[in-house]
Amino acid sequence: MRRQSRLILTVLAFGYAFLYIPLVSVVVYSFNDSRLAAVWGGFSTRWYGELLKNEQILDATFLSLQIAATSATFATILGTMAGLVLVRFGRFRGKTLFSGMLTSPLVMPEVITGLSLLLLFVTLQQLVGWPGQRGFSTITIAHTTFSMAYVAVIVRSRLAAMDQSLEDAAMDLGCRPTRVLFDVTLPLIAPAMIAGWLLSFTLSLDDLVIASFVSGPGSNTLPMVIFSKVKLGVTPDINALASIFILIVSTGLVISWLLLRRRTTAS
Amino acid sequence: MELLGRRDLWWRRLIVAIPYLWLFVFFALPFLIILKISLADPIMARPPFSETVSADNFIFLLNDKLYAITYLRSIVLAAAATVLCLLLGFPMAYGIARSTPAVRSFLLLLIVLPFWISFLLRVYAWMGLLNNYGVVNNLLIWLGVIDQPLQIMYTDFAIFLGLTYSYLPFMILPLYATLERMDLDLVDAALDLGASRTAAFWDITWPLARPGVVAGCLLVFIPAMGEYVIPYLLGGPEAMMIGRVLFDEFYFNRDWPLASAVAIMLLVILVVPIVFLQRNQAREAESAA
Repeated sequence: MRRQSRLILTVLAFGYAFLYIPLVSVVVYSFNDSRLAAVWGGFSTRWYGELLKNEQILDATFLSLQIAATSATFATILGTMAGLVLVRFGRFRGKTLFSGMLTSPLVMPEVITGLSLLLLFVTLQQLVGWPGQRGFSTITIAHTTFSMAYVAVIVRSRLAAMDQSLEDAAMDLGCRPTRVLFDVTLPLIAPAMIAGWLLSFTLSLDDLVIASFVSGPGSNTLPMVIFSKVKLGVTPDINALASIFILIVSTGLVISWLLLRRRTTAS
Repeated sequence: MELLGRRDLWWRRLIVAIPYLWLFVFFALPFLIILKISLADPIMARPPFSETVSADNFIFLLNDKLYAITYLRSIVLAAAATVLCLLLGFPMAYGIARSTPAVRSFLLLLIVLPFWISFLLRVYAWMGLLNNYGVVNNLLIWLGVIDQPLQIMYTDFAIFLGLTYSYLPFMILPLYATLERMDLDLVDAALDLGASRTAAFWDITWPLARPGVVAGCLLVFIPAMGEYVIPYLLGGPEAMMIGRVLFDEFYFNRDWPLASAVAIMLLVILVVPIVFLQRNQAREAESAA
């Protein structure tokens, strides 16, 4: 390993500072007793207490978690199917259109996805009367659609890197394709499916723009509530909420990183 | 796979058909609808658009100066953020790729971590830094650089900072992937043969890193173009970007046809980079296999 040049080290330090100073400052200010951001009113945890008493935020959190879990599950099922189709099914008519439709949501600006889905729901409602009300179901469908693309990409790269000989062996030994899928392929790609589910869950929890388009009156997800509050400026209870987010995410990621590192050094 | 029974064939078809149908209904169909509505006229009804077909909305968009300026501002801001991401991201990715494996995985963890924290909350964090009584202004006043708070919030500069901050990881990760694969002996060989460091960089490192540069730049530029949250929270009311115009046109003016036309125009601008990105990714996948 060669030594890093001073320029590289400087940019690295600056870059990480750029990425982390905003997060650190939010956590620090979440303990500020004063309502005004400009003054330090002493250390306090009162904004955390107020957050737990805020029913609007609690309701929205519950709705968001429900949507995230449901859409992540659907996205994992559909995305795994799509990944299998892309890698293991050879060529078929319409495959180009299929992979195009699958990967486009990854790069589509959110405003376009959101607007187009809303217009679809409005049109469907006029034609067939469904969906009667926009909310949980329409947001879940929208999130499933963009999340399944991420799952498919993860599953595809796992399948492509995987040795097909195990599946071939099972086939040669007389296993039906259905059995091969459930007994051999799916267990092998399970880690990719779990990663896909977690990513989908996070993406759903994170989405503001698409949910704002396709939700109806009365169903506000957590990002929508946060957005309506922060539009007016910095508010201390959102600092507390952000700090809780940062704490959960960093704990989870650091633990999984440590576990992964232990496994790789052991092997 | 030749000896498939009838039942297996049906099973196979089902696995293709379910995601296919889903994508068709919830991704392709909505686009056809947007296209259709962009050609309609707004009327006072539910839903608020006519059944007629005309290019009025597009003609209006092309002739209206305000929209042209907004599209242009979006392109300039997204491009500027892309350049800064590259200037910052390239040395960072290079440094990460060249560090020892243990350090490297930790540095990568720190790049990925912000991804998993709410995008909205990360943009919000900048509001606390940049406002008139925020951390940056307080620090500058305390240092004696300025005696009056600087107006940073609600300017194009704040949007530019927010875009760079939010999309920097999208630049670093693909760059890291190509730089990590690169054979360092090539650079050493060039240096041994008397090439200067600059020449070695431009003749060896840069061409080898190009797929990563292309992927990174497009992954920053494309979403930055349509950004809604950042211009809304950090930009001023007159500092519009096209994503926000689309949203406002739809919700406040209730002009669905015009909003659809704005979306189509945005897509037209982005179609070239999107196709470019997908071809670049396909080539990368091929060369990796």
